[in-house]
Amino acid sequence: MKNESIKIFQKKKQAVLEKWIHIQSQDQILNNDLITNEDLRIQSEELLFAFIDNLSDSNIDNAESRDFESVVDILSSISISRAKQGYSPRETGNYIYSLKEALLSTLSEEIKDPATLYAQSMIINKLLDSFSTSTFETFIKGREDVIFRQTDEITQISTPVIRLWDGILALPIIGTLDSSRTQVVMESLLQEIVETGSSIAILDISGVPAVDSLVAQHLIKTVSATRLMGAECIISGIRPEIAQTVVHLGIDLSTIITKATLASALKTAFIMLNLEVNKKQRVK
Amino acid sequence: MEKIPILRMGHFLLVTIQVDLYDQLAENLEADLVSMVSKTNAKGVLIDVSSVSIIDSFMGRILGNIATMSKIMDADTVVVGMQPAVAITLVELGLPLKGVYTALNVERGMELLRSKILLEEEDQEEENDDDTDSTE
Amino acid sequence: MTTTPIVLNRDTMTVTRETDVVPFRSRVKEHAVKIGMSLLNQTKLITGASELVRNMLKYGNGGIVKIEIVSKGRDSGIRLTFEDKGPGIPNIDKAMQDGFTTGRSMGLGLPGTKRLMNEFTIKSEVGVGTTVTVTKWKNG
Repeated sequence: MKNESIKIFQKKKQAVLEKWIHIQSQDQILNNDLITNEDLRIQSEELLFAFIDNLSDSNIDNAESRDFESVVDILSSISISRAKQGYSPRETGNYIYSLKEALLSTLSEEIKDPATLYAQSMIINKLLDSFSTSTFETFIKGREDVIFRQTDEITQISTPVIRLWDGILALPIIGTLDSSRTQVVMESLLQEIVETGSSIAILDISGVPAVDSLVAQHLIKTVSATRLMGAECIISGIRPEIAQTVVHLGIDLSTIITKATLASALKTAFIMLNLEVNKKQRVK
Repeated sequence: MEKIPILRMGHFLLVTIQVDLYDQLAENLEADLVSMVSKTNAKGVLIDVSSVSIIDSFMGRILGNIATMSKIMDADTVVVGMQPAVAITLVELGLPLKGVYTALNVERGMELLRSKILLEEEDQEEENDDDTDSTE
Repeated sequence: MTTTPIVLNRDTMTVTRETDVVPFRSRVKEHAVKIGMSLLNQTKLITGASELVRNMLKYGNGGIVKIEIVSKGRDSGIRLTFEDKGPGIPNIDKAMQDGFTTGRSMGLGLPGTKRLMNEFTIKSEVGVGTTVTVTKWKNG
């Protein structure tokens, strides 16, 4: 079976491009701040020509065909870069939908026989739909990459080890303490203990929303690892509701030094290091 | 035959483990250390593990054994300088080395042992005082 | 999304004596360093491998270890397969409990090792042998 549309598209390449660009520029929602018309034209031209040049009778009904690899590549890189630039899915979707519109309207101008027009339109429709599905897939993947990167950054940022005093470190934990977070906490805390030669570490959990048996287990692990290094670990910031849940869940924290506030933890640390803080005597 | 050298420093014995111990060597170290404790009447044993990259349950058991055996002979054992990655791994493995004292480095380990000896002497003095009180 | 990992490199080593443990650990380390595994994950992998190889020597009279570099999606890792022709484990569930041991050890081997790894499977048949497969991902 010969597909007329292939010939038409090859002949009308430039016209299709103009039509597509026109539809895109008509689109009210398109955010002009994100891309210049010049860039849009280059991008569209590259994609359209790759599509038309690779179109043949054997692959017109198969979007998975290897011939379309370059088309899919261009589409993926466009949708990934759009995801990172903060385009909405609608804007990205309209990009490929407007191409479909341009192709179909070209067909309707060129094919006079209604039956042929219908058959050809259906084939092109189906092909373009599967391209748009893969565009969405890569768009979401691009977004996921952004989320993964942010998660990594948050974990890094949210575990600052503070040198409170000579020999005393503090680590305020904000947010939920899961097992991967515990690893980061332990690693940065122990590394800092080695680097500063500190013998006391205070783990402040005021910013931890809830302590269940799993979180408690992570805390106990951190304390045990600190002790293996030869340093002591104090846990501070135990709020009343945390004390309640800990007891209700039957979690044993008796092997750990716990304090209600960071201030009292610091006081304990001073006593352990034989330090004394005095008010300066004022001489009149 | 290969041996891990044991250094005597006053009341203490110092062992620095610098190679990846194979089992026989570790077992020999255990035997050597215990006999050295008895021979020198040492009050403390310092084991420097700062160059050890792997402590598995076998090695952990050897360290625990040394501590328990020395304790029976009235010497405390301090493991010093454990690497952060090793400490985290031991905790995950479920081996917190109970009964073994730890310190950040050899110097801190020495301080720890000295303070323990001082405490014991004080206790003994107190006991002696009590004795003299009672006889008077 | 469960895709089977792709094997990039394969290496085997026979472990029959206790003196093979240290060279085996160095071999695992070499591969872990090659794929750029973090120091902490390296330590966990090698410690776990050391536990398993000791088990294999003690209960299975030694065996063969396959060291593979595997890749799955964005992550790569090390997969180790310990195969012995020993007596096998009659009750695997029991062997996976903390504190259970038949030999003169602390019984931390299997459950402890499982905690150190990302993936852990054990197959055993009495009278035939035991196969333990573990995977540690580079960023796992």
